[in-house]
Amino acid sequence: MILQQQISVELNMRNSPSDPPCQSALFKGGHQNITFHQHVNPSQFIVWELLQDGPICRRLFSNSGNFWHTGTISCNIPELAAEMIHSLFLINHSGDIFLEKHWKSVISRSVCDYFFEAKEKAVDPENVSPVLQTPHHYLITIYRDKLFFLSVIQTEVPPLFVIEFLHRVADTIQDYFGECSESVIMDNVVTVYELLEEMLDNGFPLATESNVLKEMIRPPTILRSVVNTLTGGSNVGDTLPTGQLSNIPWRRAGVKYTNNEAYFDVIEEIDAILDKSGSTVFAEIQGVIEACVRLTGMPDLTLSFMNPRLLDDVSFHPCVRFKRWESERVLSFIPPDGNFTLMNYHVSSQNLVAIPVYVKQSITFFEMGPCGRLDITIGPKQTMGKTVEALMVTIHMPKAVLSANLTPTQGNYTYDLATKVLVWDIGKLNPQKLPNLRGSLSLQAGAPKPEDNPSLNIDLKIQQVAISGLKVSRLDMYGEKYKPFKGVKYLTKAGKFQVRT
Amino acid sequence: MMCDFLFSLVCTGEIFELKAELNSDKKEKKKEAVKKVIASMTVGKDVSALFPDVVNCMQTDNLELKKLVYLYLMNYAKSQPDMAIMAVNTFVKDCEDPNPLIRALAVRTMGCIRVDKITEYLCEPLRKCLKDEDPYVRKTAAVCVAKLHDINAQLVEDQGFLDTLKDLISDSNPMVVANAVAALSEIAESHPNSNLLDLNPQTINKLLTALNECTEWGQIFILDCLANYTPRDDRESQSICERVTPRLSHANSAVVLSAVKVLMKFMEMLPKDLDYYGTLLKKLAPPLVTLLSAEPELQYVALRNINLIVQRRPEILKHEMKVFFVKYNDPIYVKLEKLDIMIRLASQANIAQVLAELKEYATEVDVDFVRKAVRAIGRCAIKVEQSAERCVSTLLDLIQTKVNYVVQEAIVVIKDIFRKYPNKYESVIATLCENLDSLDEPEARAAMIWIVGEYAERIDNADELLESFLEGFHDESTQVQLQLLTAIVKLFLKKPTETQELVQQVLSLATQDSDNPDLRDRGYIYWRLLSTDPVAAKEVVLAEKPLISEETDLIEPTLLEELICHIGTLASVYHKPPSAFVEGSRGVQHKRLPGSAGSGESVESPDTGSAAGVSEAPPAVIPSQGDLLGDLLNLDLTPPTTTGPPPPASSGMQMGAMDLLGGGLDSLMGTGFGAPPAAMPASFNVPVSGGLDDLFDLGGGVGMPMGVFNPPKTVWLPAMKAKGLEISGTFVRRAGVIQMEMTLTNKAMSVMTDFAIQFNRNSFGLAPAGPLQVLTPLSPNQSIEAALPLSTVGPVMKMEPLNNLQVAVKNNIDVFYFSCQYPISMLFAEDGKMERQVFLATWKDIPNDNESQFQIKDCHLNSDAASNKLQGSNIFTIAKRTVEGQDMLYQSMKLTNGIWVLAELRVQAGNPNYTVSTCATVSALDGLCLAYKFCMTNPEP
Repeated sequence: MILQQQISVELNMRNSPSDPPCQSALFKGGHQNITFHQHVNPSQFIVWELLQDGPICRRLFSNSGNFWHTGTISCNIPELAAEMIHSLFLINHSGDIFLEKHWKSVISRSVCDYFFEAKEKAVDPENVSPVLQTPHHYLITIYRDKLFFLSVIQTEVPPLFVIEFLHRVADTIQDYFGECSESVIMDNVVTVYELLEEMLDNGFPLATESNVLKEMIRPPTILRSVVNTLTGGSNVGDTLPTGQLSNIPWRRAGVKYTNNEAYFDVIEEIDAILDKSGSTVFAEIQGVIEACVRLTGMPDLTLSFMNPRLLDDVSFHPCVRFKRWESERVLSFIPPDGNFTLMNYHVSSQNLVAIPVYVKQSITFFEMGPCGRLDITIGPKQTMGKTVEALMVTIHMPKAVLSANLTPTQGNYTYDLATKVLVWDIGKLNPQKLPNLRGSLSLQAGAPKPEDNPSLNIDLKIQQVAISGLKVSRLDMYGEKYKPFKGVKYLTKAGKFQVRT
Repeated sequence: MMCDFLFSLVCTGEIFELKAELNSDKKEKKKEAVKKVIASMTVGKDVSALFPDVVNCMQTDNLELKKLVYLYLMNYAKSQPDMAIMAVNTFVKDCEDPNPLIRALAVRTMGCIRVDKITEYLCEPLRKCLKDEDPYVRKTAAVCVAKLHDINAQLVEDQGFLDTLKDLISDSNPMVVANAVAALSEIAESHPNSNLLDLNPQTINKLLTALNECTEWGQIFILDCLANYTPRDDRESQSICERVTPRLSHANSAVVLSAVKVLMKFMEMLPKDLDYYGTLLKKLAPPLVTLLSAEPELQYVALRNINLIVQRRPEILKHEMKVFFVKYNDPIYVKLEKLDIMIRLASQANIAQVLAELKEYATEVDVDFVRKAVRAIGRCAIKVEQSAERCVSTLLDLIQTKVNYVVQEAIVVIKDIFRKYPNKYESVIATLCENLDSLDEPEARAAMIWIVGEYAERIDNADELLESFLEGFHDESTQVQLQLLTAIVKLFLKKPTETQELVQQVLSLATQDSDNPDLRDRGYIYWRLLSTDPVAAKEVVLAEKPLISEETDLIEPTLLEELICHIGTLASVYHKPPSAFVEGSRGVQHKRLPGSAGSGESVESPDTGSAAGVSEAPPAVIPSQGDLLGDLLNLDLTPPTTTGPPPPASSGMQMGAMDLLGGGLDSLMGTGFGAPPAAMPASFNVPVSGGLDDLFDLGGGVGMPMGVFNPPKTVWLPAMKAKGLEISGTFVRRAGVIQMEMTLTNKAMSVMTDFAIQFNRNSFGLAPAGPLQVLTPLSPNQSIEAALPLSTVGPVMKMEPLNNLQVAVKNNIDVFYFSCQYPISMLFAEDGKMERQVFLATWKDIPNDNESQFQIKDCHLNSDAASNKLQGSNIFTIAKRTVEGQDMLYQSMKLTNGIWVLAELRVQAGNPNYTVSTCATVSALDGLCLAYKFCMTNPEP
């Protein structure tokens, strides 16, 4: 067709993969007759190599057995295929591939070698770049629960799409089996495989809502496996999930409970960086409302806040009606059945973020002699009148620090020699008697004074309060007649809470 | 059996056992066996030997067992195509199952089996499933079309699945719509010229409706598809933005980023003074910030995209500096990206904060990160002049730490600071010199040597310092050697008395003892300069240096625009255009941001219309007859059989007609980022060829209605070249429709039938809007008139000359090719009248290079008559001015592809020669001169 853009493919002929090409030409994709003039050593075989613009689309096809001096051959030059995620490999911490799933053709595991190389270089598994380019493919990886979920893709796809999907896979495994680990996956390998097949079809996500999936493939329970063995039943649902195509795909029809209840957990994490003097460099609050709703029928809920204007940015579960949020600042929704994340929100640095504790610290290394001193005190700052619990300090010490000889006034500490991490587990913060940790650090003999300053990471929890001040004012239910039991819990945690020294 | 024989070869105990179990009578045992087979498959063991046994289990009522067998089939069918055929019957039967789940499963699985023989059997079940009553089946079938297209595109087209798929865009179920869009996008990508995703306001509306209701993944597909649309005006653009904005609050970050892409693109069309524009800018910031609290992998992709966004629209995130502050436990790839964005956002307002942070980072552990932080301090100094002093003192502090790599980085950046602010911070040189010995990296050494050479007059022991480097001259890297050579020559020019020996030494080292040609050449040049004319040498070597730019690593604007259109894709992660890595079989479509409205310019701003888009177009050479023949034969050029009137040239109909010809519509319609102008060459200064003159070489042609100049017919295809078919023709514009009027004459002995016509891609996307209407067979010596309406939405390729058109005509005898040229004036659209203010603004905005001037001789019209006459050809007079007896007419015309041409026509009373200056929003268009000439000289209507 003259009007169609010519799809050109460079075809190189080599006697072996390592030789330079002895003949090359441009061809179009599709069925082609190719004439060539080429002396071929009968003992070798020709490698046809397709080269296109990008490095990804190189394919080899060999032609052994026949050989030609000159002549014409017919061949089918593939027009390269498109799909979102081509293959998925699950890789454990030590670098073994323990599960592979191919949605189209099988791709050799050797493709993971590029990833292993990058992993080697990065030292820490967290530091492996999530998007890697290899000559033939792209590798998009996430690192979750000490496992790598590595997807192989061949064409231009939104990487966020892939990453989101991989996280969804991990979430689903977690949801089904209680944890996401190699042993659990291997114990349920067939179910995992069925799940993967159900979640993605030719690169198009099919069913990723846990409600829908659970109706298609039932999660294993002890009772069910006993029943199945007795009755010969199966773990695969044989009816179409009701939620799948209604306008509320997240909820199945005909839900029934004897106890109707709706619980909401408002959980806030403080991300903060404090400088040496204790003043805030940066602080923000990431909040999430986790819901556990077990209500009969099709309840329509409305959740309103005392102070919704506090929230800078929100992202909702698809069930929330955005229009009502925009106009009235209430959350109106028909909830999914069971546990789900209703909304994530963000209270940014523009608002003043309350910092619940202060830290007085001094970590010094002496120029003379191989030692240093450490002295840390923690006290309450803005706690909204609640107790700070589960307080813990983690310090990444400089490499030269050999051991620590410290005395805590409360809790206990450990120093891991291999990772150079000092952990001080304090527990409850008593405002009357502030916890203190002090003592000496010994350095490697002859090592120079460490250049880098360690920084402190703080973990803490405060029950019964959302540190941003967000409060739920009421929850109303429409559409059903019964009276549900309602509850809201608040919790504040430290997220990435860091104190510089 | 052969199979058993092979099997025994690979048989291990395990496989043998499984085989027995698979053939067991007990259902439970079978199922467990298949499970074991699948389990082995997932860990990469080859269990293909069990193929026949597993396939035998397929006939079952147990859904789980069926699913498992299907899983197995998908994996191994390719390697056992003959065996896979055995499964076909079951598939076909399952597609009729009363349970929609099974119907969908069957059609889904069949699509995954990439065996040609199976796909043949797939067509009928697929056709049924596409029209299935159950939306779940329909949505599965939609994806299946894409799969099938991937295996056998021709089959999909022949079977009409594409049309069915297009119909599904109007399906009542949003999930079906989303999948249809996804499938069409995927197919369209591999068929860049096809008119699959015909985006018009109606379909856009349907998509926007489905967007609210479909799943998160469907939303991504729809948003990505929306991003390819170019709204007609700023109001449409705004209304789409309004409907897309709620997606920014979605929990799925891919949805958010796709929405950001759509908004960033459509925002270009909104006038900046619009209230909504400001609102939109404000709305974009929070979701971007929120992306940064997601998992680190998501953060990374988000940051790479934010990097593009802040380059294009820094105002969005200018108040959000703090969210980019690096946290101790961020992965390194996140840290480096954050640092990059911090520097881009650095301004006078926040520089103190940024510097404090950077200083903090410079004491971290990770070497790469620390280095980048130190460099960042230098970049701040260069970018924000007020902070330079503070930056320098921060750098000096860092040098005091004596950490080797910190010192080296600091020296490299201080060199740049010296260049940016000469004669300001030289007091720190002494401190720098103290660290001379610790420098072991070439870049740092070179920087230090440059500093010593540049400020040789202020450094007392400059000669000693440089001499110390000279000792190991041959072991240094080239970079250092070159710097050292230049520095010593500078030193000599500044202190000639003491350093004669040193300069001799370095020149001889460079010219005699070095293998490096660069070094030798530079050495010789200095030597000759110094020996012939020391004054000139001084002028050359100590010349004032050009200023260095403030921003580094900025992405070149055209690339940036393209990348903005690709937000959220791999291209945006790598900051490379998709053509750099998406394989060639997918059409490389350069996306462009739409031009802004209200700024007075046309749809396309001049600087975007050139470069990348054009360079892609292959040279316009008529392919050899053989190739074309092959190409044309592939195409089913069916002669029209309908007897209806030619379709009106509304765009919808044109597309249908195009499809009839199999050519499909141009990809640019689908993506349409003002691409037609992009096909215009940046500078097109090839003179119009003689052929055009021939064409127009007639002062008085046939009289025409409406005063449009229409050249008379000329012979395009002589009979001797076309086995007896002679074609002569011309182009006319009637009521807004371009027509190609042809006379076909049969000069052969036999009857001619089955006429069809095709155009090659051309500069203005001309394409037949309907089939060639030659309905009766053409007997020998008979002539027939044929008028072919043309559309301007065909594929675009720059031709030389610009108005060249290559045509292929087929009849029952053969296929013939000819090329002809059409008058540019034909392309002047009826709506080419520009508003006065817009005209003024545009006139000013157009660069001088785009202007061309020519004279029209012997024209005896007064200015009003000329104006009237030109109006007939869609050249509109906007204003008239009389200056010193000269009438100046300001005129505008608009080409069909949206390019505006502005002209100034000077008419001097009594002088028959007119002067015309034209300027186009793209670049000077050749042929305009002729167009003017013939529009003016054509006879009175």
